[in-house]
Amino acid sequence: MMGADALAVERTAEGTGQQSVLSVQGLSVEFGPQGSAVYAVNDVSFELAEGESLAIVGESGSGKSVTVQTLMGLIRKPPGRVTSGRALFRGRDLLAMPDSELRQIRGRDIAMIFQDPISSLNPVLTIGLQLTEALREHQGLSEAEAERQALDMLDLVGIANGPQRMRAFPHQFSGGQLQRIGIAMALVCKPSILIADEPTTALDVTIQAQIVELVGRLQKQLGMAIIWISHDLSLVAGFVDRVAVMYAGSIVESAPVDALFSATTHPYTIGLLNSIPSLTADNTRLVPIKGAPPNVTLPPTFCAFAPRCHFAEARCREAKPLLEAVGGGHTTACWRWREVDHLSRSTTTAQSVKPVGAAGQEALLTVTDLKVHFPIRRGVLRRQVGAVHAVDGVSFEVLRGETLALVGESGCGKSTTGRAVLGLEQPSAGRIVFEGKDYAGATGEELKLRRRDMQMVFQNPFGSLNPRMTVGRIIGEGLRAQKIGTRATRDIRVSELLALVGLREALRNRYPFELSGGQRQRVGIARAIATNPKFIIADEPISALDVSIQAQIVNLLDDLKTRLGLTYLFVGHDLSMIRYLSDRVAVMYLGRIVEIGATAAVFGTPLHPYTRALLSAIPVPDPKAGGTRRRIVLGGGVPDPSKPPSGCHFHPRCPKATDICGKVDPQPRDLGSIASGRHLVACHHAGEA
Amino acid sequence: MLSYLLRKLLFSIPVLFGVTVIVFAIAHAMPGDAVLAMITAEAPSSEELIAMRRGELGLDQPVYIQYLNWIGQILHGNLGRSFVNGRSVGDIIAERLPMTLELMGVALLAAFIIGTTLGVISALRQYKFTDYSLTLSGFVGVSIPDFFMGLLLVYVFALELRWLPSSGISTAGDSFSLLDNLKHLILPAAALALFRAAIFMRYARAGMLEVLNQSYMRTAKAKGLRPSTITLRHGLRNVLIPLVTVFGLALPTLFGGSVVIETIFQWPGIGLMFIDSVVNRDSPVIMGYVLITAIIVMLANLATDLAYSVLDPRVSYD
Repeated sequence: MMGADALAVERTAEGTGQQSVLSVQGLSVEFGPQGSAVYAVNDVSFELAEGESLAIVGESGSGKSVTVQTLMGLIRKPPGRVTSGRALFRGRDLLAMPDSELRQIRGRDIAMIFQDPISSLNPVLTIGLQLTEALREHQGLSEAEAERQALDMLDLVGIANGPQRMRAFPHQFSGGQLQRIGIAMALVCKPSILIADEPTTALDVTIQAQIVELVGRLQKQLGMAIIWISHDLSLVAGFVDRVAVMYAGSIVESAPVDALFSATTHPYTIGLLNSIPSLTADNTRLVPIKGAPPNVTLPPTFCAFAPRCHFAEARCREAKPLLEAVGGGHTTACWRWREVDHLSRSTTTAQSVKPVGAAGQEALLTVTDLKVHFPIRRGVLRRQVGAVHAVDGVSFEVLRGETLALVGESGCGKSTTGRAVLGLEQPSAGRIVFEGKDYAGATGEELKLRRRDMQMVFQNPFGSLNPRMTVGRIIGEGLRAQKIGTRATRDIRVSELLALVGLREALRNRYPFELSGGQRQRVGIARAIATNPKFIIADEPISALDVSIQAQIVNLLDDLKTRLGLTYLFVGHDLSMIRYLSDRVAVMYLGRIVEIGATAAVFGTPLHPYTRALLSAIPVPDPKAGGTRRRIVLGGGVPDPSKPPSGCHFHPRCPKATDICGKVDPQPRDLGSIASGRHLVACHHAGEA
Repeated sequence: MLSYLLRKLLFSIPVLFGVTVIVFAIAHAMPGDAVLAMITAEAPSSEELIAMRRGELGLDQPVYIQYLNWIGQILHGNLGRSFVNGRSVGDIIAERLPMTLELMGVALLAAFIIGTTLGVISALRQYKFTDYSLTLSGFVGVSIPDFFMGLLLVYVFALELRWLPSSGISTAGDSFSLLDNLKHLILPAAALALFRAAIFMRYARAGMLEVLNQSYMRTAKAKGLRPSTITLRHGLRNVLIPLVTVFGLALPTLFGGSVVIETIFQWPGIGLMFIDSVVNRDSPVIMGYVLITAIIVMLANLATDLAYSVLDPRVSYD
């Protein structure tokens, strides 16, 4: 604690001379009964200057959200407990004041926006009421005056048609619009600090770009300080002043944004950066951080990262390193940071080359004009009055041994396409030919037989495993269903599979809830490859996992592909990961493929305006790129798939759209060269100068 | 919304038809009939007399003819005549239904308000003394059957304490006054309400605990709203949504409960009428009662669906 106080003083002294609006000193928060407590936040200190933006980055369980929620008095006590620390807001300690006093500051001086805009707004109250209630509470405004100010704020965050929208309910808005409303709600009292708790995590990448831009603009207009909580180093690289990296409840490294990325000193931060594939450079094999984030149930008396750290030595396991100044406002909590600094990232990564699978030219799967429409029924007799065009005429082939990635934003139909290929969704039209046999619409035994050769890895490793079955039974269930082998041989096979996906044999009799997210996804993969399939559909297999775990799973999928000769259809939205692991990419928009080609070609010379916008919206882990990269921010959101726009589905949002786009549906054209291979684009204007 | 209502009403036609078949079958399958019920106490009547009486009531015809006759009457809006006193079943029910609705309405409303309030308080004080004692009383409440609760209340408040009357709807001999009527209402309504209040409390507590964990509650707190605003405006509104279902489910059981309670308290509603008609094997009245209850329950379910769409803007019927 002494160290923290001294440090806080030192840091204020070396600060930029700006006045600090918030000063957190030695904050520690525990949950649960004493003795078996969870040490969620340990001795966290930071300063926030007026108008500054600070990012707190960490994985799930790192304590980043608990830290800010404690400041706001939002954690439940009990079980939560602030065991030490002060949080001075303009000299007043937020942690010492009674809740009735803190309530006056909450929402007025310090406001907050949350992760999931859909669940963080009250579904049964109008937007207008939710926008005005804070104004009326804090400023005692009349209803009319509060409404006027709320309308101004709606205008500021870019919600058109304010007066009408005020009477609407949250479910009548899209996720991106709701987050704008959430921001308006937070800013309506013109706070001096805005805390943004992963405000874009639940949003698509193009909507994320809109929100980031909006918050940046509002920060300048209103002159507030921002604490941006995120798990994504790349995202915050583009727009914050300073970054604090948290691990297991402690800040392990804190620096001005440039210094953090150019002169990284903490092994954990380095590990995080190595887990992110590059969007531009040639990719070497990803270097994941070994192991999994810790359960913070041990008192913080040692370096929590030591078990996963390549640099760990005896000292790291005995005493906890305190934040130490590296210089220039850069602090790090590592005993060996001086040595770490000299081990450049390239030497640790270059040793391993990404395994290259030999993709043949023979098509394993050919999908032709696949349509999946979900009927909308209305009226007394439930007549079908329309359909949600989830997949609306999609054609592609997957070559034996390759990885084809389907990318796009939520609602584009990529997952439905994957499910239809496996027969989990009944196609309305089209052919699905696997190894020469069309089985679109197949049922019963035929489909069952097909599924021997074709399996799926699901997105959510928490929901897709039966909680009442042991790991061994989950993995072996497919074998039983397909009547493969005897009981004894199936047992042996399950052991093989566990070893293959890197799980200990001892986990066989455990239940899913006893496993970490990464382990669960390994179980999901083992289950999928149990019947020795030729083809795996991976439906966003890593999107629910922590950054450091994602790289582990991606490497596992890569290894299995080479060892077992698998072919993948990879459904995803994380473009940098897709660039890393796919051979070819198909970009989907509103039920259609707009561009498909070799990964290098699509990422190198994207031809469709949507692909370009999508690529430009991806955050890159480089603070300097933020200024030089031209970001194409698309207006609006994805239209309603039950009423797709006429002609090219993308034309209402397209910066290049002309008359023809609204009338004629563009057919895919091959604009590839001999070097880049087939590169199909469905755009009237692709290839124009 | 309108088309939803129409569809629901269309669906209720076959359901009501099924109800008539079942009701008729049960009434017919009861041992004895109205004629035998009338003569048991008196001197044995001659076979001819019995046959004649049966002929008058139409009981000598084949079952399906009797059923078709009855259905024919119903389609003309006529529920038939009581075998016992010859009065129109429709008139008897119309005369007595208001009493039952008064009893049930007051009981249900009181149960809902008390149960929900206590449930929300219990959730806000989770794992504290208030919560434990409320949960325990709720457990006692759901464990005591209606009739026993009725007897218990009569014993304590009418016989021992002599605070409240034990039966009827008004003091005999006095002219009717609302105050007097309400005094008579308290015990039977309480007997019906306590069990249901306990159920509402359980669901309200569970619902509020779930709502308390929702992110929008955290948002409301982060805005710096008063705790009372957070609970009432943001919390309670959402708790009411699942409670509407419980409310709808409570209605049919309330009819069953009121039969027993009206008997205990001699409350002259349709429940008491039903018991009397069963004793007298007065099948037109029995069938009329069941049919009317079925219609009321169906309408109440429809009202529940409508209440849903009012409380929850996300629900839209089409």
